[in-house]
Amino acid sequence: MSKLKSATAVQAGHSLGRRIAKHWEYYLLLLIPIVITAVFKYAPIYGVQIAFRDFNPVDGFFGSEWVGLKWFERFFSNYNSTRMITNTVLLSLYSILWTFPIPIVLSLFINQLKNKKFQRVTQTVIYAPHFISVMVLCGMLRIFLSPTGGLISTLAQFLGAPANLNFIDSSSAFRTIYISSSIWQDAGWGTIIYLATLSSVDVSLHEAAKVDGANTWQRILHIDIPVLVPIIVIQLIMSFGSLMNVGFEKAFLLQTPLNKETSEIISTYVYEQGLLKAMYSFSTAVNLFNTAVNIVLLAVVNWVCKRLSDVSFI
Amino acid sequence: MKETTAKKRGLSSDRIFDIFNYALMAVIMIVVAYPLYYVLIASISNPYEVYAGHTFLLPADMTFEGYARVFKEPAIAMGYLNSIWYTVLGTVVTVAMTITTGYCMSKKTLPFRRAIMLFFVFTMYFNGGLIPTYLVVSKLQLLDSVWALILPGGISVYNVIVTRTFFETSVPGEIYEAASIDGSGNLGTYFKIALPLAKPIIAVMVIFTMVGYWNDWYQALIYMNDKAKYPLQLALRQILIQSQAMTSMMGNMDGGYAEANKIKELIKFASIVVGSVPMLIAYPFVQKYFEKGFTVGAVKG
Repeated sequence: MSKLKSATAVQAGHSLGRRIAKHWEYYLLLLIPIVITAVFKYAPIYGVQIAFRDFNPVDGFFGSEWVGLKWFERFFSNYNSTRMITNTVLLSLYSILWTFPIPIVLSLFINQLKNKKFQRVTQTVIYAPHFISVMVLCGMLRIFLSPTGGLISTLAQFLGAPANLNFIDSSSAFRTIYISSSIWQDAGWGTIIYLATLSSVDVSLHEAAKVDGANTWQRILHIDIPVLVPIIVIQLIMSFGSLMNVGFEKAFLLQTPLNKETSEIISTYVYEQGLLKAMYSFSTAVNLFNTAVNIVLLAVVNWVCKRLSDVSFI
Repeated sequence: MKETTAKKRGLSSDRIFDIFNYALMAVIMIVVAYPLYYVLIASISNPYEVYAGHTFLLPADMTFEGYARVFKEPAIAMGYLNSIWYTVLGTVVTVAMTITTGYCMSKKTLPFRRAIMLFFVFTMYFNGGLIPTYLVVSKLQLLDSVWALILPGGISVYNVIVTRTFFETSVPGEIYEAASIDGSGNLGTYFKIALPLAKPIIAVMVIFTMVGYWNDWYQALIYMNDKAKYPLQLALRQILIQSQAMTSMMGNMDGGYAEANKIKELIKFASIVVGSVPMLIAYPFVQKYFEKGFTVGAVKG
């Protein structure tokens, strides 16, 4: 060790105490983030045990009576529980199926735009909806889908749909509305990561292919797509990894008493039972079930990907 | 078949691809931008004209009454001020903590570095969920306080990883060594050398965090009971989702129910514009940094 002369190596030679002392400023800087994470992330994780207790505010997280699996049993005996689980999974699955491939295809086309100014304008325009809040998006959807004079309803009627069709209240339209608006809002934004990867491709590779007589289409197929594969796999794992965490916000804002048959998902139920009805323990139990399913999914997907392609993220 | 006709006309398949590509992008841009344009047009048109479908391309019978009524509404004005304050404070606190943590995590010599990182990363995959977090916040008497909107989100672990990777890969270690030889302490090196070098990454984080706070209503829905403390987006909920125009907006109106309904629509369009314009104006200025924010994070250490 004494042969090494760099500052770090000399440092490593000291006792742990000395090394800690030498870095005290970093611990000072980390103090607030660590405390905040402990209080607002770890304390609630500890508090998850109220899912197995009958929580009351006086006795707190660990003083309330232990009731075992009572809340889980209540959830599964609820006639709506299967519907909620199905809704959550289907909404998520359909979302991934529709929203995942579009940014990839889009980025391959954008990357081929030769006029860089046009390319930049395209990007600016398609990023725009990402910066609109879910609240405003849902407000727009409600206006556009209004049976009286709404932009989309008018268009649908023009295309032959019956008049006065109320899309917002229709449970069969909910998923379509949810997913197509997601595509509108985030497909453009989703191209960034792929475009960034594509811009790292060596230009000479494309030049060489051109000399060999490859057309644009062939170059996309044999140069661009292979470059994107690893990042596509990682993105795919991540989307499946959060399958059960499908967005609360939009489902909640698009939910009406009439479309609950498809719009009621686990997260909206957790909110309703927990905060509106103050059924703290029950709501926590439902959420815990959701998290547990999600973690199992994450592990499975990660394992599959590791086997298939040697790409994993945990 | 197509190829042969193309060659006859002197067009290569690449040329056809290009033409198709530009046309496709033009169509996509129209599809993306038109709804926003329509809302803007409708917000300054007579609502009867909007209803009649006369405002697809240009405003008809222009009026700014919608905006006048929106800004007269105290809930909107207050929401605006609240949102500005929450966004500024939230962005400063969150970005400062995130960059600082990322920097510390990039120090390979720091004892317990891996353990501390694990401590943060764990929270990306596991969390207590809605109610336990709510109970902690309420126990700490933070309900109705701006801190309830900022602290439970904590630091963004993903952004910590991005920052850490940035410092590890983009800042040469010799710079730090030179600084320490010059007698600069650890804190001095951080503030005087590392932070100025991290400007691009800070810019990305500021814009992402800012947009997050400006557009947030979910945290406020949970933690804010006092309507006077609602951020703009939550104030908009009443108008856009619950479709109740506030009484002060509807005040001094002649005409009956139909008239009221039309005014309500006008207010909706105006409030959408009012709620979205700040972020839509801001993002093109930092657009060049977006790719950086994603690529740096993708290089996983």
